[in-house]
Amino acid sequence: MTTGINIHTGSAMPLNQANVDTDQIIPKQFLTAVTRSGYGKHLFHDWRYLDQHEQVPNPDFVLNKAQYQGASILLTRENFGCGSSREHAPWSLDDYGFKVIIATSFADIFYGNCINNQLLPVQLTSEQMDQLFAIVEQDADAQITVNLQDQTVKVNDLSFGFDIAEQHKTNLLKGLDAIGQTLELDDKITAFENNLPQWQKA
Amino acid sequence: MATTLYDKIWQAHIVEAKKTAETGEEGLMYIDRHLIHEVTSPQAFAGLDDKNRKVRCPKRTFATMDHSISTRSLALDACGPTNKLQLQTLAENCEKHGIELFPVGHQKQGIVHVMGPELGLIQPGMTVVCGDSHTATHGAFGALAFGIGTSQVEHVFATQTLKQSKAKSMKVQVNGSLPIGITAKDIILAIIGKIGHAGATGHVIEYCGEAISGLSMEERMTVCNMSIEAGAKAGLIAPDQITFDYLQGREYAPKGENWQQAIAYWKTLVSDADASFDTVVELNAADITPQVTWGTNPGQVIGVNQAVPSPSDFADPIDKDSANKALSYMDLTPGQKLSDLSVNNVFIGSCTNGRIEDMRAAAAIAKQGKVAQGVTAIVVPGSVSVKAQAEAEHLDKIFIEAGFEWRLPGCSMCLGMNDDILTQGDRCASTSNRNFEGRQGRGARTHLVSPAMAAAAALAGHFADVRDYQ
Repeated sequence: MTTGINIHTGSAMPLNQANVDTDQIIPKQFLTAVTRSGYGKHLFHDWRYLDQHEQVPNPDFVLNKAQYQGASILLTRENFGCGSSREHAPWSLDDYGFKVIIATSFADIFYGNCINNQLLPVQLTSEQMDQLFAIVEQDADAQITVNLQDQTVKVNDLSFGFDIAEQHKTNLLKGLDAIGQTLELDDKITAFENNLPQWQKA
Repeated sequence: MATTLYDKIWQAHIVEAKKTAETGEEGLMYIDRHLIHEVTSPQAFAGLDDKNRKVRCPKRTFATMDHSISTRSLALDACGPTNKLQLQTLAENCEKHGIELFPVGHQKQGIVHVMGPELGLIQPGMTVVCGDSHTATHGAFGALAFGIGTSQVEHVFATQTLKQSKAKSMKVQVNGSLPIGITAKDIILAIIGKIGHAGATGHVIEYCGEAISGLSMEERMTVCNMSIEAGAKAGLIAPDQITFDYLQGREYAPKGENWQQAIAYWKTLVSDADASFDTVVELNAADITPQVTWGTNPGQVIGVNQAVPSPSDFADPIDKDSANKALSYMDLTPGQKLSDLSVNNVFIGSCTNGRIEDMRAAAAIAKQGKVAQGVTAIVVPGSVSVKAQAEAEHLDKIFIEAGFEWRLPGCSMCLGMNDDILTQGDRCASTSNRNFEGRQGRGARTHLVSPAMAAAAALAGHFADVRDYQ
């Protein structure tokens, strides 16, 4: 990770559903790959396609609606990304083209996985989400601007603030190599290991 | 200041601490044990290789093959070339980085969360991570154990640490002793039913109370295993004599003088009597009945004799909407009795319920009858060791005699990354941990139950109250 993210403007895809689990985001049959790329076409596979070979799109599913093609912000509801820790979930969202996910709440592991993949998770209140859904369901082209530095989401004349932990914000803004940063603390890690009682040493 | 068990483990593992006004305690946490498997490690190893980095502590890292393997054959290609490539990649990466691997066919192979504890790799007070959300299982030993993503797997490989923010604490106290026929699975499903599928998000749970301290280690693992199904980061149970007795003599447990020192330390790993928790939840064991999930998340659960709920039973609009969707996917009608609901598949196994006690509990029911016509029932032991022990007790013969299939160890139908998958419209009584849409196969319907309840459903051909069998 070298590039950071700060301000993103784009249209949004309204996935108006709570408790979307990572099995829905990317089902298990796509987890046998050994690479990080190429998962976007399988994103939301079971809901998106009527057949398992991905030949027949489900016309009722929001990802297949003409007006939402090209959306780069995903709107969703409570507990998004619950279930399995598979990082294939943020990989598939990113590969599809989403840069920001705005939800009422996120599952913990998924949230951390987003941060580690430069995918910005934004948490708003239920009422604020209602307003965003209403706007996007009425006007699919509505441009939403998410500003990480200022911690704001703006659309039309609305502006919402959001919270994010300082370390997550820094990592997203600067696109830091988390491992590289920690390796700079190598002496401290070694000192910690040396201080362990003998029976706890590896 | 009075501290919780979680506080104590946190304190003992922070290499470098930071405290901020907005986010509270943060720190770089040392990781004592790293378990890996074929699905969430290849991209982490590739990341190391890209930057010419090494695995810092191969001796703290152990690998097994479990998710992508066949339960009918020991051949790596039994489930196709992509599964084989993933398994071979794990073997090559472990060889290259000097990590001990228990591959298919090895006597120590098993589901990662069954294998680790039975070898004594998991001990009280440890920090344990794995690229798998059911890592919470190991909290049964009073270890802080949590699932991580692949980027974090790579971070642990390279540094043996993780950056962490301190979670909130939740005490879940289960009072009184368990009624006959009620199992650890029923306890955890009842807890999730009470607090909800996201009820513990952002928290580390400590389970306590008479009903918890009376559980065996296998049962405690079942409880902690599903902490993630309530949204929790981890689940803990304070170590006690039951924990020490389980560990003593296991291959990787401390020995001799080290054992004495370890015990002395482990005995300090309890929450202080006056420690405070951010959230406290209490249940009475006497109120818990055999649990069956009716919906598409583990919080949508009822007692076996309760009627399927109606969306109008839920006040919260989100719960109402979820109930509507779940009833439709599960093809259920409000008011329906579970005993009227036919099942055509039964799965006994997984990191939740694939241990020897689970095999014994299911076999005790299985020997009372035959698998009903039209039902396919499979039993998948959690490890080679569980399989061997079950066979020594002739449990395999009981299952086979009753019409169950007796398989090789692996994750199997819990998530169906191999060929143990269901098809559209199948209805399964499953001892696994997730009843999400499509989890066991596209369009298939999963009901989570205990091993005894699963075996009873296999014999009856529909859900049945296991208490009628004892």
